[in-house]
Amino acid sequence: MRSTVVKKVIMAVTGLIMIAFLLMHMYGNLKMFAGEEAFDHYAHWLKGDILYPIVPQGWFIWIFRTGLLAALVLHIWSAASLSMRTLAVRGPGYDKFKPQAQTYSARTMRWGGILVGLFIVFHLLQFTVKVLRTGFDANAGPYEMFVLSFSTWWVFAFYAVLMVLICMHVRHGFWSAFQTLGLNSSAKSQRWLNLLGIGVGVVLYVGFMLPPVAVLIGWVN
Amino acid sequence: MKLKLRIWRQAGPNATGKLVDYDIDGVSEDMSFLEMLDLLNENLTNVNEEPVAFDHDCREGICGMCGVVVNGIAHGGSSTTVCQLHMRSFADGATIEIEPWQAGAFPVLKDLAVDRSAFDRIIQAGGFISSNTGSAPDAHAMPAPKREADVAFDNATCIGCGACVAACPNSSAMLFTAAKITHLAMLPQGQPERYSRVKSMVAAHDEEGFGNCTNIGECAAVCPKGIPLESIAQLNRDLIKSMFTKDGK
Repeated sequence: MRSTVVKKVIMAVTGLIMIAFLLMHMYGNLKMFAGEEAFDHYAHWLKGDILYPIVPQGWFIWIFRTGLLAALVLHIWSAASLSMRTLAVRGPGYDKFKPQAQTYSARTMRWGGILVGLFIVFHLLQFTVKVLRTGFDANAGPYEMFVLSFSTWWVFAFYAVLMVLICMHVRHGFWSAFQTLGLNSSAKSQRWLNLLGIGVGVVLYVGFMLPPVAVLIGWVN
Repeated sequence: MKLKLRIWRQAGPNATGKLVDYDIDGVSEDMSFLEMLDLLNENLTNVNEEPVAFDHDCREGICGMCGVVVNGIAHGGSSTTVCQLHMRSFADGATIEIEPWQAGAFPVLKDLAVDRSAFDRIIQAGGFISSNTGSAPDAHAMPAPKREADVAFDNATCIGCGACVAACPNSSAMLFTAAKITHLAMLPQGQPERYSRVKSMVAAHDEEGFGNCTNIGECAAVCPKGIPLESIAQLNRDLIKSMFTKDGK
């Protein structure tokens, strides 16, 4: 079926997968507070023993990355193809338009999404491929990389701002995904899923920003 | 009351339109918005100018024929349609900007009148419901649960005015289509064709050139009948189910 709703379902499911990943990623980052050894061990474990011996050592991370990349590509593809269609058919725009209900995050899903996409590229080049090194050298361990990066004020500021964008995208996306999947079909579920969307956005922001704040003010070094 | 009006004037479907300023005097607070436009048209006719074309019919908020964007809000922020907006909602000397519904699927016919026949074609795509003809059945011969009957009724109040499309930044007609889908999906009479109906109506919606919904919520905020966003979730749910269910199972 070539309905636009099918593409929206793809966008919703891949979006929820990525939100689940973000929650896991955030939880992992909080391991910072358990000290360098625990954090590095966790990072090492992710790339090593998971699912071993079902799959050879070190395979899990690539299976995981492939799945995540597929979700990201499908998410961007469905968003881009739906947006291009909509931008082509919508009205030319009013001389005067007073929004009645839209939230800032709902309005900025398209541009916000593009910025989040660019941020993901930057983030991977910084901490995974390690070509954009912010104050650490190529041999730095995960913990060292984290601390050295976030002791730099502009790296911290950049992440603090970009995380706002991501959490806003997640806030509307979370609610919207359940709407698309048909689960918001009563006034009560609308209210709860809206609150839950805000909750997920806030938890992600606080959870992701706690370790960098701790680094910046010198709690963790 | 004395008012300044800025009205979209467009001679025909292919003409280029522009906003034109008019001054109007002698408007009573008790006039409806459309009566104010009638007064303007009388004045225009008296000076041999072309009157402003706008859609209207019942003028009591139940037919769905009227609708313009007033100062950036579809139906001008009245709780129903623009015919039920009264001039007492405006201050003396105010400037009022009036634009037609804008959407690729709603081409302007003239001035403020737009072609909303795309809605009719979406309804037609919904097809029929299987029902016995003959004498009217007994009122309680086919029981419908209270909650479902209420939801069906709330959605059946959609008058197809098109404000949802006009307010939607994506020019999507999802709220309209969802109201029609939910209305029939909740009732026993709507069950035999439930899943083929949702497929063909959404296909017709897309084909007519309405944008796709991004769950922003502008539509429900201006809907004169208070159709909620939940209806769109119901449409999505039925459409997803239709991929795995055939009618009659």
